[in-house]
Amino acid sequence: MAKVTLKVYRGDKEKGEFKTYEVPIEDGMVILDAIHYIQANIDNDIAVRWNCKAAKCGSCSAEVNGKPSLMCKTRLDRFAKDEVITVQPLKTFPLIKDLVTDVSWNYEVNKHITPLTSKDEGEWVIYQEDIERVQEFRKCIECFLCQDVCHVLRDHDKHANFAGPRFLVRTAGLEMHPKDTASRTKYLKEEGGIGYCNITKCCTEVCPEEIHITDNAIIPLKERVVDDFYDPIAKFLKGLFKK
Amino acid sequence: MTQSTVNSSPAHTTKTVRKDNWWLEPASIALGFTLFIIYATFRAFENNYYEINQYLSPFYSPKIILEFWKFSPAILVLWIPAGFRATCYYYRKAYYRSYFMDPPACGVGHGGGSSYCGETTFPFVLQNLHRYFFYMAALVVLWLWKDAFDSLFFQGQFTFSILSLVMFVNVVLLSNYTFGCHAYRHLVGGKLDCFSCTKASQTKHKVWQFVSKLNEHHMFWAWMSLFSVAFTDFYIRQVASGAYSPMRIF
Ligand code: SF4
Ligand code: SF4
Ligand code: FES
Ligand code: FES
Repeated sequence: MAKVTLKVYRGDKEKGEFKTYEVPIEDGMVILDAIHYIQANIDNDIAVRWNCKAAKCGSCSAEVNGKPSLMCKTRLDRFAKDEVITVQPLKTFPLIKDLVTDVSWNYEVNKHITPLTSKDEGEWVIYQEDIERVQEFRKCIECFLCQDVCHVLRDHDKHANFAGPRFLVRTAGLEMHPKDTASRTKYLKEEGGIGYCNITKCCTEVCPEEIHITDNAIIPLKERVVDDFYDPIAKFLKGLFKK
Repeated sequence: MTQSTVNSSPAHTTKTVRKDNWWLEPASIALGFTLFIIYATFRAFENNYYEINQYLSPFYSPKIILEFWKFSPAILVLWIPAGFRATCYYYRKAYYRSYFMDPPACGVGHGGGSSYCGETTFPFVLQNLHRYFFYMAALVVLWLWKDAFDSLFFQGQFTFSILSLVMFVNVVLLSNYTFGCHAYRHLVGGKLDCFSCTKASQTKHKVWQFVSKLNEHHMFWAWMSLFSVAFTDFYIRQVASGAYSPMRIF
């Protein structure tokens, strides 16, 4: 029977090493299946988080050959026959054990975003063209792969100053909502730190839901911030027009 | 916001474990940009062979001749497309990756450091002025349409040459790039929260949809128009210097 070789990180954030495993391949197998095989047959104590095995819960995020991926969506037949596949935990969040990281920082960030605020208390009638943009952002499964790959967090450690792409997506969904009346541009410029994003698009490259994070969420938000803080001519003309 | 929680475990000791040729894309982009910049700088300062009969090079258009200006007239114009491209969201991505290596590719470490400011401080905070460059660049593109039409007439007679065709292709590519701009996409309708609310916003929605279509392939138009503008200038230079003919068809 054909086998695949995996190099999986085993350990915590102080001590650990990569351990090599050989796993028999079956048709349609994904990385998460291979990890489950290891757990059932070789090392029962390997820690892995998962829930749906259908790329919908966002729990099984890890780095496969250096690319942030959902383990349940990464098929083994994507790799060359003799390739040794490296599986690491996410880098951007504190490691708990093996492939499991503590992603709770994200939930803290989320609390700082003004939720949907509407003055319209009647029954909402919303046309498709008005909600289309927001629907794309609602596909997010909170896998935090985009947060993991974003170099602002990953390499520059700006957790204290930057909300990260996932929360720019959420903010975009609120800002563009036809019934929402709150403004979040001040939050974006200051606490959310949108200026730290240099639109290098890695978040878009890894998003399993194929949300156009940079083009459809971040750049339009950057332009809204420009409207409110960096466009004196438009402000002046608006002032004239109002009088 | 909350305190830093970055992971510094033995799970990530190398800059990357990627095995693909991740360096190929940033390296080719750096090479492409560098070649273009060298050629454009040479042509801007050459101050010669930019015009022959009804043909005018896009590097020198609109042609501005001022009494006191003793240098190449290209310098009076080129800062507009140069500023437009330098602040373009696509080119920003490309040169932050290729020249600044920040990051060179996804999931590839680059020494990092917490002194990173992104686009929050000078000079990169000036990227926020992109829309002003858009306004000026749009006028330049309209002018290039005029140049393309002017190239069809010599001494009052209609004429058509391969060089005119090149000029038209160039201005179409430049228009697709310019009018697929993210800032324009925002200004033309993206800034609205409700597209269906008024007659005006319904019209804006239609324009926004069209601009969004162009915007989806913004990188493609950015490169195509970069090649075509250099090629158009090169062709006109060769014709003006007598090396090539404009290849008149009729
Ligand atoms: S585009 Fe911005 S948010 Fe997305 S990964 Fe790059 S720097 Fe981070
Ligand atoms: S935006 Fe995409 S990558 Fe980011 S958390 Fe949501 S689904 Fe995951
Ligand atoms: S297990 Fe749910 S997304 Fe992978
Ligand atoms: S975003 Fe590229 S031209 Fe404006």
